[in-house]
Amino acid sequence: MDILIAVAVLGGLGLLFGLILGIASKVFYVQTDPRLEQLNAVLPGANCGGCGFAGCSGYAQAVLEGRAEIGKCASGGDDCAQAMAEIMGVKAEKVTRRVALVRCSGYKGTDAEGKPTGAKMKGEYEGIADCLAATKVAGRGPLICKFGCLGFGNCTKACKYDAIHIVDGVAKVDEEKCVGCMQCAAQCPRSLIVPVEYGHHVTLACASKAKGAVTIRGCTAGCIGCGLCQKICPKDAIHVEENLASIDYSKCDACGLCAAVCPKHLIVDSKKAEGAAV
Amino acid sequence: MIMEIVGILLSAILTENFILVKFYGICPFMGVSKKTDTALGMGMAVTFVMALASAACWAVNEWILTALSLEYMQTVAFILVIAAIVQVVEMFLKKSVPALYQALGVYLPLITTNCAVLGVALVNVQSGYSFLLSVLNGAAGGVGFTIAIVLFSSIRERLDESDVPESFRGFPIALIAAGLLALAFMGFSGLSIA
Repeated sequence: MDILIAVAVLGGLGLLFGLILGIASKVFYVQTDPRLEQLNAVLPGANCGGCGFAGCSGYAQAVLEGRAEIGKCASGGDDCAQAMAEIMGVKAEKVTRRVALVRCSGYKGTDAEGKPTGAKMKGEYEGIADCLAATKVAGRGPLICKFGCLGFGNCTKACKYDAIHIVDGVAKVDEEKCVGCMQCAAQCPRSLIVPVEYGHHVTLACASKAKGAVTIRGCTAGCIGCGLCQKICPKDAIHVEENLASIDYSKCDACGLCAAVCPKHLIVDSKKAEGAAV
Repeated sequence: MIMEIVGILLSAILTENFILVKFYGICPFMGVSKKTDTALGMGMAVTFVMALASAACWAVNEWILTALSLEYMQTVAFILVIAAIVQVVEMFLKKSVPALYQALGVYLPLITTNCAVLGVALVNVQSGYSFLLSVLNGAAGGVGFTIAIVLFSSIRERLDESDVPESFRGFPIALIAAGLLALAFMGFSGLSIA
């Protein structure tokens, strides 16, 4: 008999609370825009922060309220932008995929004669393994070059896509994994990382604005600002300013002439390089 | 009466602190203590729910369980009550105070399974507190929880920046710090008002 009372009381309590919850869910019902859920569904959900909002749901909310434009999601790319445009009932412009490029080529290694190549060090650094911390010691860091990659991987830690890694002391982007959210760029104390269009195979990876002689002292792979590339470029897409050549990727048509004349082999035509290897 | 109230406050906040002395509610204590502001938010939410749960559980115990001499069902009934309360509070906040709802976010459902809330309800019954004293004990227990989690989160924020040996990084050092904090709180034991 006792057990029946117990079952009845607990069952009754459960029913009562169920009823209260049912009523409460009606009383406290909050109308949400169904498009918000749809937007959240088409966004990648990686919360990389590349759009400038606090995660994907923050961006979805902003788009819904008209505070943000469609197409800011680098991770989702064009597919995502078109899907969002469809949900919001507007047309979106084509979003071109971009990837990060690290503007440093000081990979440490040895050449055929056994001489060290790449960026040279002032000495051994044994402090906190953090790029920003390293720039604070020994006159802007352990590298002789004041512009080069320090290689402590602040960018690697910032990357949610496992797309940037330290290879031979310099950060290197895996273009297939990179979605172009540029969170790595925000963490780089030397502002070395810039966006380039995906698949653009002629790149210049150096940021040294030091005079040629100074650059040579610090690195075997630094731009000395000789200007050969600027002279040969038929598209006026490459210019030497402050001892540093830089490519205007909007003008460059990737002909690869500059890569052929660069005495430091800094300008890389990855397509030609692949062809040569085959 | 006054002495009793002060005694309850003293024991719930310090000498019988739910987290650091009784070791109830360790899940949110470890889970939501990475940043001081979220820890504070969690503490507020727990305080609120503990006071509310104390009141509701007192009513259910007094008017239903004791009346029908079903005291042995306390644990099950209280879990039911607490789960329902948390749900209602969540809905209420979503509708009325969306900012607070956003801030508490995932913590509210977490409280449903927080054994500190169940613990306070059971302690109230075992100590034979009246309705008002039960609510007071619940709220004071919540304040004790808040103090513990906020203290701990500020320790963890500092731990993040210190040079911890590789194998101790993350949770291991957090657990050690929690143990030391608990030891410190043991110093309050024996503290009582005459």
